[in-house]
Amino acid sequence: MLTLKGVGYRYAGYAAPVLHDIDLTLGDGELVGVVGANEAGKSTLCLVACGLAPGSIGGALTGGGLEIDGEPMAGRPVHEFATRVGIGFQNPSTQLSGVTGSVFEEVALGPMNLGLMPAETVERTKWALATLGIEDLAEREPRRLSGGQGQLVVIASLLAMRPPHLVLDEPTAQLDPEGTRLVGDALRELAATGTALLIAEHKTDLLDGLCDRVVVLEAGRIVADGPAAAILGDPRLAGWGVAPPSRVRLASALSARGLDPAVLEGVA
Amino acid sequence: MTDLAVVGVGFVYPDGTRALDSVHLHVRTGERVAIIGQNGSGKSTLVRQLNGLLRPTEGSVLHDGVNIVDRRVASLAASVGIVFQNPDRQIFSGRVRAEVGFGPRILGRSGPEVDRAVRSALESVGLQDAIDLNPYDLGYSRRKLLTLASILAMDTPVLVLDEPTTGQDARGVERVQSIVHEVSGRGRTVVAISHDMRFVAETFERVVVMGGGRVLLDGGPAEVFAEAAWPTLASTYVEPPRAARVGARLGRGSTPTEASLVDSLTSPG
Repeated sequence: MLTLKGVGYRYAGYAAPVLHDIDLTLGDGELVGVVGANEAGKSTLCLVACGLAPGSIGGALTGGGLEIDGEPMAGRPVHEFATRVGIGFQNPSTQLSGVTGSVFEEVALGPMNLGLMPAETVERTKWALATLGIEDLAEREPRRLSGGQGQLVVIASLLAMRPPHLVLDEPTAQLDPEGTRLVGDALRELAATGTALLIAEHKTDLLDGLCDRVVVLEAGRIVADGPAAAILGDPRLAGWGVAPPSRVRLASALSARGLDPAVLEGVA
Repeated sequence: MTDLAVVGVGFVYPDGTRALDSVHLHVRTGERVAIIGQNGSGKSTLVRQLNGLLRPTEGSVLHDGVNIVDRRVASLAASVGIVFQNPDRQIFSGRVRAEVGFGPRILGRSGPEVDRAVRSALESVGLQDAIDLNPYDLGYSRRKLLTLASILAMDTPVLVLDEPTTGQDARGVERVQSIVHEVSGRGRTVVAISHDMRFVAETFERVVVMGGGRVLLDGGPAEVFAEAAWPTLASTYVEPPRAARVGARLGRGSTPTEASLVDSLTSPG
């Protein structure tokens, strides 16, 4: 369980906080989506939830704090966070380690650093590559991958660590629909083992079928928090700068023209 | 104006990976063309051939009918501006103003012309208030818009966008859409790579589908997203936009956009 209690945060060199009074709990095995307009604070929330802000990048909490499994984390070293909360950055190329010569080594790096035995490291690495359908990239050089392939490798390396909590900032931004589907399936599988997941995404179509709960951020505050279906169907969503899922958009376009959206039921 | 022709182009990376295989593509001046297809299908490799960043290992690339094999990247950059997928591989200045001004300055524009180009490009992407900031004080989505502004400021005859909508919210996507229309309205060519099928269907008049380094389909959105093409799309992991899937299920023919679907459902018959 990961809890943000009344958290405010400001970046180094800035007087104004970019997050205010964030109260958010991720239960074990829960999949929580975060949506909001650009600059609403989604990426910052991800950095705070995994302890990198302020722990590694500086700045300061202006209120509240982070708890993991009920333990306050204030003052804990960043390497301790790393074993308890995984983080996938928005830009996968900034996450590839740069110290490995093959995708297999890249994905194995995390489990090795957790101190796992070689046999388990290899088993987890193979599993993570297979889960995302990228076994054929195993011998490729990480730096020579396409944007989407790089993103899948980053997610595979996170899966291989099997973190109890995982924060993902737009994990499918560069993926094709098949990659997006495989990542969705993998995240569901991970949640079923008890991992709590926080996923910031603009793709509401992905969150629609994946998340239990969705949180809406606006100007650094949580303005809505509820079951995914209710939040993604909320008529205020567009006003918060979030494109509703295509299912919801089509239904409202039909209603606006006097047609019964029921024609969409059971279709695609 | 620049008419682009990719003729029988193949490309193999130094590590032996074949990324392009006998690609033929002719893009006429002023066209809006989307390139879609699965990850690793050769989309980014293809657009890098257009301005000489990568050179074909087979075949040739022509600008206005002339092979570009002997032209340098610096000179081709004046014709084809590419906005990369990853903004952080593009940004290098400490100030937004300098970042956006670099391109027009390199093209030899005068000081006042550079200033005008910078302001107008920043206005198009909505970053006029960020002109004196450090690019790295902007969030990812605004850094992406900044790299778009840098290329817009060069006003190249051809604009190439690699995944322009990733990281953009609803308003950001609309902004990119209107920029594509504005640029093409001025007779410029726009080529964009995207996985966002709604954006593709609503914004482009022509869609090129790639798979395994080859062109699998090439046509208007209604043709490419029509039910008959779905097996080909599936082979390169492209899912038609939801409006197209709904239209086909309801027997309304090819309705690639939400607007076309709603129109077909509200029209008699």
